[in-house]
Amino acid sequence: MATIKLDNIKKSFGKTDVIHGVDIDIADGEFIVIVGPSGCGKSTLLRMVAGLETVTSGEITIDGAQVNGVEPMDRDIAMVFQNYALYPHMSVEENMAYGLKIAKTPKAEITERVAEAARMLQLEPYLKRKPRELSGGQRQRVAMGRAIVRKPKVFLFDEPLSNLDAKLRVQMRLEIKELQSRLGITALYVTHDQVEAMTLADRMVVMNGGVADQIGAPLEVYSNPQTEFVAGFIGSPATNFIDAALVPDAPKGASKIGIRPEHITLLPSGQGKLSGNVVFTEALGAETLVHLRMNSGTETFTVRQDGAMDLPVAGDPVGVDWGADDEMAFNDKGRRV
Amino acid sequence: MEKRVTFKGWLLPMCLLMPQIIITAVFFFYPAGQAIYQSLFIPDPFGLSMKWVGLGNFEYLLGDSYYRASFVTTAVFSILVTVTSMGFALYLAVLADRLIKGSGVYRTLLIWPYAVAPAVAGVLWLFMFNTRVGVVSWYLGLLGYDWNHVLNEAEAMGLVVVASSWGRVSYNFLFFLAGLQAIPKSVIEAAAIDGARFWTRFRTIVFPLLSPTTFFLLVVNIVYAFFETFGVIHTITAGGPQQATTILVYKVFSDGFVSQDLGSSAAQSVILLVIVGALTIVQFKFIERRVHY
Repeated sequence: MATIKLDNIKKSFGKTDVIHGVDIDIADGEFIVIVGPSGCGKSTLLRMVAGLETVTSGEITIDGAQVNGVEPMDRDIAMVFQNYALYPHMSVEENMAYGLKIAKTPKAEITERVAEAARMLQLEPYLKRKPRELSGGQRQRVAMGRAIVRKPKVFLFDEPLSNLDAKLRVQMRLEIKELQSRLGITALYVTHDQVEAMTLADRMVVMNGGVADQIGAPLEVYSNPQTEFVAGFIGSPATNFIDAALVPDAPKGASKIGIRPEHITLLPSGQGKLSGNVVFTEALGAETLVHLRMNSGTETFTVRQDGAMDLPVAGDPVGVDWGADDEMAFNDKGRRV
Repeated sequence: MEKRVTFKGWLLPMCLLMPQIIITAVFFFYPAGQAIYQSLFIPDPFGLSMKWVGLGNFEYLLGDSYYRASFVTTAVFSILVTVTSMGFALYLAVLADRLIKGSGVYRTLLIWPYAVAPAVAGVLWLFMFNTRVGVVSWYLGLLGYDWNHVLNEAEAMGLVVVASSWGRVSYNFLFFLAGLQAIPKSVIEAAAIDGARFWTRFRTIVFPLLSPTTFFLLVVNIVYAFFETFGVIHTITAGGPQQATTILVYKVFSDGFVSQDLGSSAAQSVILLVIVGALTIVQFKFIERRVHY
């Protein structure tokens, strides 16, 4: 259990700057999710905390001690890799015991800890098997088990669920969250999946082009995004953006207005703030997504409405309206006004 | 769906196969048959007549202390060549694998010795270690060491081992490097995070994962040391001093072509044929199954 502090972390590969100064303060036992699109530097950031990449400038502190030059083995961390990185020539049991053996833990304790982890992860029937004899989900559990048995200060997860199918992903997501809160170990979790970020995180870090755009609790980030990027990246379907000039009573200094699909109400043609035409609808049962083309120009809007409401017909002219509180105004630099 | 080309007659396929069949027959089956045939006879000193002796040549060989000594020499030689060339190649491959810049240059340069013919390699090393004009032996002399592989059996063995291993390092290096690069980087990183330092990682992760490559090279190098080092030995020591470097293949040559004992020489070839057959079986049977994780 530990606190982690990243202080103005920068990373360059040769002349390419990948991370331009990130500050994060992580409390003991907190579950932090770093989320962002591919190439935003989130994995590099995690690998720097692990000690697998050098830090170009800035300071990483784990439990008050600066670890910049410390080797991965001396940081007391455990990491779960995207491809699991199990040792193919060792059984499940040996995989989990490997770190403990190197740490010269007494044999009895190794057996006990591996058995405990296996019980927690329901791996008991597979202890003697080799990784190649396991399914993707089971391998994932072994990778988790390998991290758990060492009782490290920090868990690092590098997109651990992205190689699993959708159903297993949801299930493992719950298990990871449950395990982490039970063990109370500080966790840093990297993903490109905003649903994972929303559901797992105590606080999430939204990365964009090597910069942490916003750090905060998931719902706070969702309802109060600080940048246009965050507003567009978090939430599905994505936030609708429209030129502020087209919106009546737009705040001063705003160049774009964002409105979430669920905050828009459809009205008969001629009413509301803007008007457009229905392009097509997607009825998902509990909800219906209505896609509009606005009369003002090329903008398209997505409206999310209750599944019980009448389906609009493609081609219908409609008006749209939203509450003034639901408007998110951004200036020409993409910052919140 | 497999698409097969099927021939209606037998003439065209026969014609297409013929070149390979002829080459195999003329250069392999015929000499092998001749060797088996001759191993059952003893020719007279002038080569005018042959006397049937049955398995007499083999019986004589098994009782011959020189032949048994040659077996030991071959074993020592092939173990030394295999260990030297594989050990050194693995060391270089591990270094090259860690290299980020300029690894292409290293790789190219390290592969070159493989292109040198064994006899030429032998002459190169002979020049360097020549007791009178060799560079290395001159420097050794300055250090107070009197190098003379013409008289000293251990030095002779050492020299042919080094000369035979030299070109082989390139070949082994290539396989080891490919094997190392096939190990996923994340597995190594996982081991590092699990607390394993470089040497521990090498011992517990890298080397076991390399074992299919290692076993393959082991067999290939033993076969090489047994059968393909003739040129090196012939140019450097010619089997001497005191037969200290006369490996089985060299003895086939020296008994047959120098001493003109064709019957014994042929019997020795037959024994070698059995050995290489056994090694091939080991290679095919075990490479696929035994050493796999």
